Amino acid sequence: MAGRLPALLKDAALTALVAAALGLFIVGFKTRDIGQGLFFDYQLVDLAIAVAVIFFGRLGLQFASMGLKWPSFALGTVLGAVGVSPIQMPSTFLHWFVVIAGVLIILRTIWPWANTAIATVRHSERGKAFGRRGAKWFGAVLLVAAVAMPFAPFADQKTMDLAVLILTYVMLGWGLNIVVGLAGLLDLGYVAFYAVGAYAYALLSTQYGLGFWAVLPLAGMFAASFGLLLGFPVLRLRGDYLAIVTMGFGEIIRLVLLNWVDLSNGPAGIGGIPGPTFFGAVFAETAPTGRQTFAEMMNIPFSSNQRLIYLYYIILLLALITNFFTQRIRRLPVGRAWEALREDETACKALGINPTNTKLTAFAVGAMFAGFAGSFFAAKQRFISPESFSFIESAIILSIVVLGGMGSQIGVVLAAVLLIGLPEWFRDLGAYRMIVFGLAMVLIMAFRPRGLIAHREPSVRLHPVRAGP
Amino acid sequence: MAYFSQQLINAITLGAIYGLIAIGYTMVYGIIGMINFAHGEVFMIGAFISLIGFMICAGLGISSAPVAILLVLLTAMAFTAVYGWTIERTAYRPLRGSFKLAPLISAIGMSILLQNYVQLAQGARPKPAASVVQGGYTLFSADGFDVRVTWLQIIIVVVTVALMAGFSWLIAKTPLGRQQRACEQDMKMASLLGVDVDRTISLTFVMGAALAAVAGMMFMMYYGVVDFFIGFLAGIKAFTAAVLGGIGSLPGAMLGGLLIGLIEVFWAGYFTSEYKDVAVFAILVLVLIFRPTGLLGKPEIEKV
Repeated sequence: MAGRLPALLKDAALTALVAAALGLFIVGFKTRDIGQGLFFDYQLVDLAIAVAVIFFGRLGLQFASMGLKWPSFALGTVLGAVGVSPIQMPSTFLHWFVVIAGVLIILRTIWPWANTAIATVRHSERGKAFGRRGAKWFGAVLLVAAVAMPFAPFADQKTMDLAVLILTYVMLGWGLNIVVGLAGLLDLGYVAFYAVGAYAYALLSTQYGLGFWAVLPLAGMFAASFGLLLGFPVLRLRGDYLAIVTMGFGEIIRLVLLNWVDLSNGPAGIGGIPGPTFFGAVFAETAPTGRQTFAEMMNIPFSSNQRLIYLYYIILLLALITNFFTQRIRRLPVGRAWEALREDETACKALGINPTNTKLTAFAVGAMFAGFAGSFFAAKQRFISPESFSFIESAIILSIVVLGGMGSQIGVVLAAVLLIGLPEWFRDLGAYRMIVFGLAMVLIMAFRPRGLIAHREPSVRLHPVRAGP
Repeated sequence: MAYFSQQLINAITLGAIYGLIAIGYTMVYGIIGMINFAHGEVFMIGAFISLIGFMICAGLGISSAPVAILLVLLTAMAFTAVYGWTIERTAYRPLRGSFKLAPLISAIGMSILLQNYVQLAQGARPKPAASVVQGGYTLFSADGFDVRVTWLQIIIVVVTVALMAGFSWLIAKTPLGRQQRACEQDMKMASLLGVDVDRTISLTFVMGAALAAVAGMMFMMYYGVVDFFIGFLAGIKAFTAAVLGGIGSLPGAMLGGLLIGLIEVFWAGYFTSEYKDVAVFAILVLVLIFRPTGLLGKPEIEKV
């Protein structure tokens, strides 16, 4: 160890030097606009602390990767203790930074040990049986929990709002999963179809008085035809070009919505969108003439929660339909063709699959579900504007799919809870949310490119698995 | 005629900036075949570093504009290059040999990460910059309209042309450029012949980032305002320029940048400025559909 120490120190020092160079201007000198020009808030002390942490962090990680358990464990503990100790630091962020560095080192130290332990458990007979049963029951348990959730004692307005939001992203994630996960087409403009669905419902309901349930299929059809229209010319392109072009389309649709004031009311958006009705009953304290409220219909006292619970069940139903549809279509020829196309396009062509048509169906089906989700979004928000449909939104949905593991349905749920639920729940994290998204995408690609849930059964097996020779 | 000439001058200035960013896209694409989605963010960081650099210069009492510009230019190039190097090292290098879309997804993540890092560190509001170079020169007057070219525009075009000339020389004549072209053609063969591929790729990112920093500085001086979001649009426009000129081709990137500048300025000048970004996106889509090799690019042969 003593012999390698200088090399390790040099490596850590270089890392710290790079970090210092990265942070010197952007972090060290914070510009502040106070009316008559810009002024500096000097944050050089913050930077120095961060660089020191990076130095020790790198050192600890190197120790850990070389199997020097005790030095790295000690370093991690010290960093963690410094982070949680009441030592005065310039910002709470730095406290977190130090703590996270400590935790990371400790995790890295125990990782080899934990990894072998998990692998041993997983490969034992009981572990295998448990895994099979777990995979079978986990979805069912989750489903029951989701159905029962509105009646749980903790389901107040805030929780329900969050649940509706998460489910919207779950549905969008499942929809995009068809395009990205199954067909392997990287769509960076998915939010465009979401926007088409939302504006379809907003315009048809406010201009022509159509109800939510009448517009829902129409919105899906509109979005799907947009998918066909946009997809047709571009689906011959290579993967990365396709990604950029879909992003271009997404931005074009947003810019058109922003500037075509006659159609979309421009940046001011469309307000007063009616919510969904329950067999003609509205969710409000008093019904408009000729209608009855849900409370009157059911003979129960009015509560503002009813609307939220109803919305919750609608989006749950829509999401489950998306999931069910995906699971079924995967077993159909077209679904198999999608997955085959993702693996090898040339081979597919040789086998007589028309790649353009096959991709087009995936694109249109994915767009259709985004359209459903969009009209639900408009009905829930009662106000939409182009702001809600920026590229960032597409990126969030994509990161949910990527984090969950492209093609994994349950992974999307976990990722949506993780990426949407946690930052909403801990409001302080809000500012760091997008950083975490970006970081997660980079790290997942580097360490677990198949997503958090790396395990995925192939849809088709050429040879059935036999039990032993 | 006067209006036209004025628009032409503005378009060339803008095109120079796009061209500088486009070189970064085209070089990276040429060598490792990926779209460096985070390149627009590198440009934005370059703009921020130069903004802060000028403020520090003012604080240190450097009042001579040429000295300040030169100092800030070199600083911004050096420090932004570190960003380029780090991005390649952390986000792309571990993914070589991963599945096809992995680097692009990682690049999108990197782009989101950098954008929000700057937003967090510097605040979300646009930063007005004090102008460093003022004044200009009236070329001629016609129809009661002065056609002016500002000193700043001259500086931008001169610096761009000088950099591009130097850069073309670097690629064409130096050992470094030779290694780079070798890696572009056949990475495995180049490494067998003793070219350090990792180092060459790193240097490609470093050079691209340095040029993006120059573009960022020009952009900051030209528009007088920067925020954390400028990288997105500028990045896409420069990427469009790279694609239009033929991705992988250096002269193509410069030509594409110029064309995009022309299209954007004349569209805004003669039609409506609301749809100028739509025009650029539409060109990107149209070029990719009808002529994916661009104007000067070589057709790509897909090997199975």
